[in-house]
Amino acid sequence: MSAVISTRGLVKRYGRVRAVDGIDLDVQQGDVYGFLGANGSGKTTTVRMLLGLVLPTSGEVELLGGRMPRAGRRVLPRVGALIEGPASYGHLSGRENLRLLDASGRGGPWRTRSARVDAALDQVGLGGAGRKPVKAYSLGMRQRLGLAGALLRRPELLVLDEPTNGLDPQGISEIRELLLDLHRGGTTIFLSSHLLAEVEQLCDRVGVLDRGRLVLQDRIPTLVAPTGSTVVHSPAPDRVRALLDGRVTAVEGDRLVVRGEDPAEVNALLVGAGIPVTGLALDRPTLEQVVLAAAGTSPDRVEVPR
Amino acid sequence: MITVELRKMFRRPRTWATIAVLNALPVLVAVLLVVTDLAPRPGEGPPFLSAVLRNGSLYPLAALAIVLPLFLPIAVAVISGDAVAGEAQAGTLRYLLARPVGRTRLLVAKLVAVLAFVVVTVVVVAAVGYLVGTTLFDAQPIGGTSVSGTSLTSEQITGRTVLAIGYVAVSMLGVAAFGLFFSTMTDSPLAATMGALAVLVTSSLLFTLDAASPIAPYLPTRYWLAFVDLFRDPIQWRDLTRGLALQGVYVGVLLAAAWANFTTKDVTS
Repeated sequence: MSAVISTRGLVKRYGRVRAVDGIDLDVQQGDVYGFLGANGSGKTTTVRMLLGLVLPTSGEVELLGGRMPRAGRRVLPRVGALIEGPASYGHLSGRENLRLLDASGRGGPWRTRSARVDAALDQVGLGGAGRKPVKAYSLGMRQRLGLAGALLRRPELLVLDEPTNGLDPQGISEIRELLLDLHRGGTTIFLSSHLLAEVEQLCDRVGVLDRGRLVLQDRIPTLVAPTGSTVVHSPAPDRVRALLDGRVTAVEGDRLVVRGEDPAEVNALLVGAGIPVTGLALDRPTLEQVVLAAAGTSPDRVEVPR
Repeated sequence: MITVELRKMFRRPRTWATIAVLNALPVLVAVLLVVTDLAPRPGEGPPFLSAVLRNGSLYPLAALAIVLPLFLPIAVAVISGDAVAGEAQAGTLRYLLARPVGRTRLLVAKLVAVLAFVVVTVVVVAAVGYLVGTTLFDAQPIGGTSVSGTSLTSEQITGRTVLAIGYVAVSMLGVAAFGLFFSTMTDSPLAATMGALAVLVTSSLLFTLDAASPIAPYLPTRYWLAFVDLFRDPIQWRDLTRGLALQGVYVGVLLAAAWANFTTKDVTS
């Protein structure tokens, strides 16, 4: 395992505002890394610093083993990126846009350009878009075209900012399948998003950004690991409480949280006392709970300073 | 990268529309002259215009003189102001830089594309002027008249016309340098274009002001019409060389500033 993205003490200051405030990202080869954060938490600025578009105030960025932004010429050809939505020349067709993009960087022999462009268009399902100019594309088609641009050079690392923006549910699941497929082929994926559900379905590691600080960075299975309690559903919560006095930590209607990490043991106790049990499970926090606990209120809120 | 930029520019309908509009004015002027047969008296109106009724082969120069004060600089300011800021506004700049295209390389490619636009535009204006001039007016195939009143051979006229085209192109390069510099400062192509135009308007205005005479020799538009001197007999090189040197300084300083700004700026568009 080697680090694909690693930052140390990364800071970006705009005047007095610290948009990114000392973050230490660590993305390993083969990860599907979910970079979560509310709007305005500094996600996009971080992504731009990773790619050398924005220069950090202090701190280091290492991308595929090279110090950015100096190593950009060497490592960026191995990175595919979708940054804050797709962009293309509206008066040209999608294919022509990709050809121009492909011709812009080094190392793309023109002999194989058409093959590369066609393969990327097929991958994202735009193979039949023909000569229609991009300005006539729907939002979903533009998003696909942006993704095709990112896949053009078969990158080792995909840096995707909100890749399913503007796609319908079928499109989202299609893109998810495509990303998982690429991941099985060995591509590392860095997915920046504010959609928890999307990250939960795709990623195996998350980093949570809150007001420029990385407040959480861990594997998802670790984050949603059992808490050591059991959740019991029973139509007679009072009797459960009476029987297991002291072990019940929370009651909420017919839902009780009981200390003890073996549901079978709790079940045996309750059934032995003749108390009906309608549901039984290990207590696990949802990713949402973990993220909300780590991050504060939304930075979109602007309250009167006191 | 340079080929890519050239392709982008010349595949844009807007580029050709601009060139077409630029040619419309000299053609209109020519038609009016032919219909009314009223040429401006010598020394009045745009240079060369008084002479074209007698010799149509001078019309390319009259055409250049017609578009030079306003139309041509506007077109160059639009194209050069759009160079970087247009990519920023469309959002394609970030994808180009992440491709990666080196920032210096991108700037050089943009400069070459703008330069190509300037040359193509000036040549097209001159060519259309020649066509119009030789079809609508009496063209005297042998020789012509210099501004000083002596005769020039047709070889001399051709050679000097080529020199004049080159000189106008260099003058426009100064405008392009202003446009490109402003283009790296903002994400709005309109603002960059307006910035370049503001400089030119200021310069033309100060040029007419006696109080500004101490700085007049350094105004970017000061020597623009010096290409007329190519058609004096003998050629008066003084203003021409000063014009070239002045544009050279402007282009050098502005491009260095554009480069310094662009290579160190945060791309947040």
